[in-house]
Amino acid sequence: MALYSEKVMDHFRNPRNVGSIENADGVGEVGNEKCGDIMRIYLKIDNDVVTDVKFETFGCASAIASSSMATELIKGKNLSEVMHLTNKAVTEALDGLPAHKLHCSVLAEEAIRAAIEDYFHKNQIEYIS
Amino acid sequence: MIYADNAATTKMCKVSIEAMTDCIEKFWGNPSSLYAFGQNAAEKLNQARKTIAECIGADSAEIYFTSGGSESDNQAIISAANIGAKKHKKHIISSTFEHHAVLHALKKLEKENFEIELLDVHENGIILPQQISDAIRNDTCLVTVMFANNEIGTIQPITEIGRICHDKKVIFHTDAVQATGHLPINVVEQNIDMLSMSAHKFNGPKGIGVLYVRRGVPLTTLIEGGAQERGKRAGTENVPAIMGMAAALKESCYNMAKSNKKLIELREKIIDGLSKIPYSVLNGDKKNRLPGNVNFCFEGIEGESLLLLLDDRGICASSGSACTSGSLDPSHVLLAIGRPHEVAHGSLRLSIDENISEADVGYIVRSVTEIVDYLRNLSPLWKDKITGKRKFFLI
Repeated sequence: MALYSEKVMDHFRNPRNVGSIENADGVGEVGNEKCGDIMRIYLKIDNDVVTDVKFETFGCASAIASSSMATELIKGKNLSEVMHLTNKAVTEALDGLPAHKLHCSVLAEEAIRAAIEDYFHKNQIEYIS
Repeated sequence: MIYADNAATTKMCKVSIEAMTDCIEKFWGNPSSLYAFGQNAAEKLNQARKTIAECIGADSAEIYFTSGGSESDNQAIISAANIGAKKHKKHIISSTFEHHAVLHALKKLEKENFEIELLDVHENGIILPQQISDAIRNDTCLVTVMFANNEIGTIQPITEIGRICHDKKVIFHTDAVQATGHLPINVVEQNIDMLSMSAHKFNGPKGIGVLYVRRGVPLTTLIEGGAQERGKRAGTENVPAIMGMAAALKESCYNMAKSNKKLIELREKIIDGLSKIPYSVLNGDKKNRLPGNVNFCFEGIEGESLLLLLDDRGICASSGSACTSGSLDPSHVLLAIGRPHEVAHGSLRLSIDENISEADVGYIVRSVTEIVDYLRNLSPLWKDKITGKRKFFLI
């Protein structure tokens, strides 16, 4: 049995939404170099809808796949929905992750939340998390 | 498939498979049985013991069969500790970059009030004999230093360390799991009291190994039961695996000089090729390393991703990244030689054998170069480094 599901390997081999967005409306970064995982998410937001999203990730296959899947899950969605994206949803969409890799999906959730909070902060929108 | 992970395990050689199948078919009796059929198996066992002893300059009576490197390391260390404890000597010297079989056995002894002193390893991955000399005290009962490191392949000054230990009458054990069958070993000339080896690292079968113990060093029995191995290791001998091991070691030693010459040439080509990747570094001394070992760190990427993409191209390799070790920390070996966590995450170990061709070497170098470049382009860390927002660790 392979370490990862086919879905994980697909998103690892062919990650969706890779790159950055110039003048993004929100940018979120989590993780650190010492731990070996960094995710950065860029959001373009129009009328509370995520119209574009890009990511850059330094990390293992599950970190790259989690970022890729998370960006797919939030693209075109309303902020109220995006705010509630959970690591569980990311993991399920990937057909599961090995137990010691679940933190990668948590990082994806946190990176997206950080990007939205950055957007709120930049636009002086008060939010309740 | 290009198999470049021979430090993990090796493919069995033909003579080893033949020796095993021959044994399974014809000599499957129990060597402890009195009848001729059993004694035929005992005879094979003795031949294998003699062959192995000859390969390392030992006597047959000094060879003990075990389940492999980990058991050999444990038995050697526990035996030396017991000898020491009787004389109130409870100081043990080792190094920070030993195999976990050694480090964890020592950790256990620490709980039994042994004082464990792990020597720092120089950045080139080599312990200096002077460090051993300086560390030995009146109450030192054991020095255990590996022959060659399993990750970075660096070869330790075993003969000199052994001489110091002998002069000071301290037992010297070496974990030679990576070295046996790959480097010349003579336990007498190299002043080795105890040596661990594992058959599957030199094209023999898995689950079988040897602990060499110089005459006069009393062993502690870890597995109690029958009188096998002169009462030092109970359990019916795995005669087929032992025969397979003996055949593999004999073959490896016979081919060593020729094979190493080729391996060193190929290794140098890989090192030269990978050195061209910017912000990369070779881990371990450039020359004083196992003939087939290449170990690099690439800044700004993570090792597991690199391994999986190499796998997609048919290349089997390994890494010391945290994600591949199953823990939060990257390889203790890379940390021991002073690589920061940030750099150690991006490590790659290639351990080649003589089945690798020149064309394979070119393919490996090209593949690693392309994948490192691809992963860096995906990495926000790399982007920050090349735009000056974060510092580089490597030059």
